[in-house]
Amino acid sequence: MSKIILIGANHKTAPVELREKLSFSSEEIVTALEFLKQDKDIKESLVFSTCNRTEILYIPETGEQVNKMIEFVSRHKNVAVSEFKDALYTYKDDDAVLHLFKVASSLDSMVVGEPQILGQIKQAYRIAVENNASGVLLNRLMHKSFSVAKKVRKETGIGDNAVSISYAAIELANKIFSDLSQKTVLLLGAGEMAELAVEHLISNKVKQIIVANRTFKNAVELARKFNGQAVKFEEREDALKDVDIIISSTGATEYVLTRDQVKRAMKKRHHQTLFFIDIAVPRDIDPQINSISNAYVYDIDDLKNIVESNIEQRGKETIKAERYIEEAVVKFRKWLESLAIVPTIKALNDKMSSIVEIECNKTLSSLKHLSKEDIEAIKRMTQAIASRTIHDPILFLRNTGDHRDDSLYLNVTRQLFNIDIPEEK
Amino acid sequence: MNLQTADMVLQIATVFYIVSMAGYVLFLFNQKKIYQKTALCLISTAILFHCISIIVYTITTRQVPVHNLSQSLSVAALALGGMFLFFQYKFDLKILGVFASMLLSAIMLAVWIIPATPIEQNTVLKGFWFYSHILMVFTGEASLALACGAGILYLLQEKGIKTKHQGFFFKRLPSLDLLDNVGYTCLTTGFVLLTIGLVTGFVYAKTIWGRFWSGDPKEIFSVGSWIVYAALLHLRLYSGWRGRKSAIMTIIGFFIIIFTFLGVNMLLGGHHQAFTK
Repeated sequence: MSKIILIGANHKTAPVELREKLSFSSEEIVTALEFLKQDKDIKESLVFSTCNRTEILYIPETGEQVNKMIEFVSRHKNVAVSEFKDALYTYKDDDAVLHLFKVASSLDSMVVGEPQILGQIKQAYRIAVENNASGVLLNRLMHKSFSVAKKVRKETGIGDNAVSISYAAIELANKIFSDLSQKTVLLLGAGEMAELAVEHLISNKVKQIIVANRTFKNAVELARKFNGQAVKFEEREDALKDVDIIISSTGATEYVLTRDQVKRAMKKRHHQTLFFIDIAVPRDIDPQINSISNAYVYDIDDLKNIVESNIEQRGKETIKAERYIEEAVVKFRKWLESLAIVPTIKALNDKMSSIVEIECNKTLSSLKHLSKEDIEAIKRMTQAIASRTIHDPILFLRNTGDHRDDSLYLNVTRQLFNIDIPEEK
Repeated sequence: MNLQTADMVLQIATVFYIVSMAGYVLFLFNQKKIYQKTALCLISTAILFHCISIIVYTITTRQVPVHNLSQSLSVAALALGGMFLFFQYKFDLKILGVFASMLLSAIMLAVWIIPATPIEQNTVLKGFWFYSHILMVFTGEASLALACGAGILYLLQEKGIKTKHQGFFFKRLPSLDLLDNVGYTCLTTGFVLLTIGLVTGFVYAKTIWGRFWSGDPKEIFSVGSWIVYAALLHLRLYSGWRGRKSAIMTIIGFFIIIFTFLGVNMLLGGHHQAFTK
């Protein structure tokens, strides 16, 4: 039976400097795969690399070839083996499959449940297929990993909750307003925090961004960057009339918006909803504003609390996800075992014998005049036809030649005769 | 076609309402679209059967079945179902089905539990104005019931956001804006229909009793609830009573409607009494 080996380093084992050194760009992956294909000891291979991990999944022809692979990485990325050897993990067979399924299902991600990883793995698989680096085993394994990941996403709540502060804020905004593209955002303060928050909002496409800052020059600069409008810091109360979301991140030591200011503004805007996101420490927005009807104030701690409880929720969902993954690993192993020669031949024999028996009985039951000896003779003959029919295919399977891929032919045989382990759905 | 057929079809409709409610409850917990879609199909089928049942009854007896409490409730439920489908189609607010299917199932169960009082022949309850009155009042009240439902959902969602405890409903309910918008549309639709219903009622009273206003308790309460809704709409338009306050008012308004529909007849009497005997 072929071995499945996975070596790699991720955010848990390697610091970011090392991960940067080990990471492969798409072009580098193509060259790496090209190189691995030339290697007689490696049957199939696949490389995937994101900012949090670099992993190589491969099927060796003989042995495990782990050291060879490590040297390969060292040469290819120009990093000394001693520098990254400690950060590497090596998984074999079931463990490798388990690890792959976990990665694809986003259980191994830095932010568990984040949805990008599956797309990145699919991309890596596409490159491997396009370059003919993957074969029967990795193809099946990768497809399995996609379906497990989909199942985990669908059946568990692992991707349901916001686990970053800006995402939690946007999720809240989406539960307050029905259409963010019609909403205007007021930024109080033009610091780095403000910029980060707005970048997320822009990806959610708000209608307009207004920036107010004590140093007007900075407000103008940031406004220009986001195609927005700058106003004087003193004008902030007037600005409340026309905005819907306020993100505050000034360095002020006192509240920059008080309850009375907002109350006055609320009247002018006919009590249309206002959502305050206060990411400043110390706080910018008077928490009392939350008691005004149709005004909602969330400060950094509120958002952190949401994120924490969401992370806790994800932890519970992880247990469920792991169960699905373990089931999938067992199934994959069964398929892998069935790819050996002996079970394939047995399955083939069984299938033929049962066809012959069914057909034979059907015919013989209508031929009442035959003697017992005749029946025996006919039965023997039909069985003989069956075994002669599959004799050559079996001979071929037993000896597919030195340089041919056994698993490929075994897989084809199983599909041709429909004796493959049934796929779900 | 006869009354037994009408009754049987109505029973089938009731079963469909209840099964659709089960579907919606599953959807509420599970959030799988298939449950909501199935439940919507079931409730639509129920409404279709319900409609057939009422039509069969009307054709057989040559009168609209609003002659005792059980019949009136059944017609009210049909109006609610119809308005629900209308608003569902307009807003695609899936979760509103949970409220509608529960209310519908409850009303239909009441229809079967309440003993049917014998129907007195009444030649007065006929004519264009009478039917317009019935149609407008029932659909109007159905819209207001849905406004109340949207109001309840709004309060649930608003409470979670205001108190910063994202509970069971946070994921399951849509945005406050949308809930407020749905509530407002149901409210204005209901208000317009109710207004027309009251006017046609007065015209009908004039043709039968010779006067627009007879000081009947139901008339008083109807006008009273109309004033409550008119005040709410006015406050909303001119004093910014939106969101939470508006939601609370729609819920209160609907309770006044329920009392006008049931309580007045049972406790205070008057010439509407026959509908809800």
